[in-house]
Amino acid sequence: MRANTWAGRNKVEVRDVPDPKILNNRDAIVRITSTAICGSDLHLVNGYVPTMQDGDVMGHEFMGEVVEVAPGVAPDRLRVGDRVVVPFPIACGACAACAAGLYSCCENTNPNAGIAEKMFGHPVAGIFGYSHLTGGFAGGQAQYARVPFADVGPLKIESDLTDEQVLFLSDILPTGYMGADMCDIRPSDVVAVWGAGPVGQFAMDSARVLGAAEVIAIDKEPYRLRMAAQAGHTPVNFEEVDVRSRLLELTGGRGPDKCIDAVGLEATHGSPHISAYDRVKQAVRSETDRPHALRQAIMSCRSGGVVSVIGVYGGLIDKFPAGAWMNRSLTLRTGQCHVHRYMKPLLERIERGEIDPTRIITHTLSLNEAERGFEMFKNKQDNCEKVVLKP
Amino acid sequence: MELTAATTVRKPVAEVFAFWRDLQNLPTFMGHLKEIRTTGGRTSHWVADAPFGQNVEWDAEITDEVPAEKIAWRSTGDADVPNAGTVRFVPAPDGESTEVHVGLVYEIPGGAIGKAVAQYFGEEPHQQLDDDLRRFKQVLETGEVVRSDGAPWGKRAREEFPQRPAQPLSDAELEKGPDA
Ligand SMILES: NC(=O)c1ccc[n+]([C@@H]2O[C@H](COP(=O)([O-])OP(=O)(O)OC[C@H]3O[C@@H](n4cnc5c(N)ncnc54)[C@H](O)[C@@H]3O)[C@@H](O)[C@H]2O)c1
Ligand SMILES: [Zn+2]
Ligand SMILES: [Zn+2]
Repeated sequence: MRANTWAGRNKVEVRDVPDPKILNNRDAIVRITSTAICGSDLHLVNGYVPTMQDGDVMGHEFMGEVVEVAPGVAPDRLRVGDRVVVPFPIACGACAACAAGLYSCCENTNPNAGIAEKMFGHPVAGIFGYSHLTGGFAGGQAQYARVPFADVGPLKIESDLTDEQVLFLSDILPTGYMGADMCDIRPSDVVAVWGAGPVGQFAMDSARVLGAAEVIAIDKEPYRLRMAAQAGHTPVNFEEVDVRSRLLELTGGRGPDKCIDAVGLEATHGSPHISAYDRVKQAVRSETDRPHALRQAIMSCRSGGVVSVIGVYGGLIDKFPAGAWMNRSLTLRTGQCHVHRYMKPLLERIERGEIDPTRIITHTLSLNEAERGFEMFKNKQDNCEKVVLKP
Repeated sequence: MELTAATTVRKPVAEVFAFWRDLQNLPTFMGHLKEIRTTGGRTSHWVADAPFGQNVEWDAEITDEVPAEKIAWRSTGDADVPNAGTVRFVPAPDGESTEVHVGLVYEIPGGAIGKAVAQYFGEEPHQQLDDDLRRFKQVLETGEVVRSDGAPWGKRAREEFPQRPAQPLSDAELEKGPDA
């Protein structure tokens, strides 16, 4: 089959690889009809997540048709012919983490748990197409994928919604929603979201759906801020204004009640010398992540507020504003998304027309054009917000 | 050499104890064990993988057993690598899981065998036992050892980096199996 693979730093390559086969008793094989490129994929391509190998099949946002089911999957859970969206974390459904709804921390699905444990202290779940640290599972930017624990993860789509309407249930819609959910939003809350990429846009929409009084979008890309403004959010360009002052202005001096970091470890900074400081530290590996957005969110958040982090961090950061966090009673919440928890309720919200996930799609390409898709998405060319690939 | 490790399995103590007490189950999750044959109520014959495709074999006996609490065993006769182990089962505070505490002791001989054993355990000897217990938990909680494309061979997967790339196995690779 054709698959988009990691081919070294800053390089992806669509290649022929073997078709996936059943390896475990609760596997299914899915013929992929739509798949997407994610900001998390950029961290892999840009070389910030260790344990990638030449030839790794990328992609963790995909959906399609079940073409084969292993004998351990009960037919009332999944059958050949079912149309499914696949959540990006692989979860067993039986361990204590899964029982607690912490699916991305599943204790059983990462065959490389020992490697993850060295990095993170405790292991994390397997993830499709997302390094060997999270299991070494082939991803979904391909014609077919093997889906382990197929009786736990995949969500059946039984209505006639289009792929574009439901594809993002695999990751970014639940992720954005979890970012807002962790904020425990009250009707009087002003919520500020750092990053107007796909994840940030969905965090903003979710904050609105959960009842926030106002939602502020922070980014530097004018077209991404325009997209947020069109959806009813208030844009702030961090290259044009001082973010903290602007936030104080927008909130009568209080600061946002809730702050969401939807940027992660590759943040850039409006002030070039601060950006340079972290870039150098990152280059010499004394700091692996650049936490500008996180620092700014903590400094800006109203006392007693919540800083909710859905942007990905991989290793160590420098100059964490522990004083602001501690002295002002801030709550820090985070996680790789527990996608399984949110898929069904969000599907219902899509069906009721409360959320329109298609609003962020700017490009639809064939899988063979994945390289160009990555290029455009990474370099913000042609007003690229989200790329959907068709195998 | 003494190794200890622990895991928590979300199954009742009786079930977790019974699975371990049926010693023939141990090779499903213990990386180096090929086979355990029960030879009597308390005695068994163990076969382990050794480097260069050889096997190491020994007899063992259960020296202590308290149902749903603990099992202790040791090798008997002139085992190449005399060894002993205990495993304790403790109800976890959540009221539904079982803590499994394992202790192993190996008397590592001199000479070629001692070297081979040292090489097997490598720089982080506890890693093997940690991985064994992770698989033990997988088997009890999910029914089998989880396989990925990068680490496809279940208990024979080497948790080292680099691995094979995370892309599907070819028919030839699948046929050859972990020794390819
Ligand atoms: N927690 C999860 O489960 C999960 C799931 C999916 C994605 N993610 C992560 O979410 C993040 C965003 O993903 P995406 O697909 O939207 O990526 P993206 O790269 O398209 O978006 C990131 C945006 O942040 C902006 N940005 C950079 N520095 C900034 C700063 N200092 N302040 C404000 N904005 C800044 C960029 O201009 C860009 O528009 C990534 O880190 C991704 O890995 C997490
Ligand atoms: Zn993603
Ligand atoms: Zn689990």
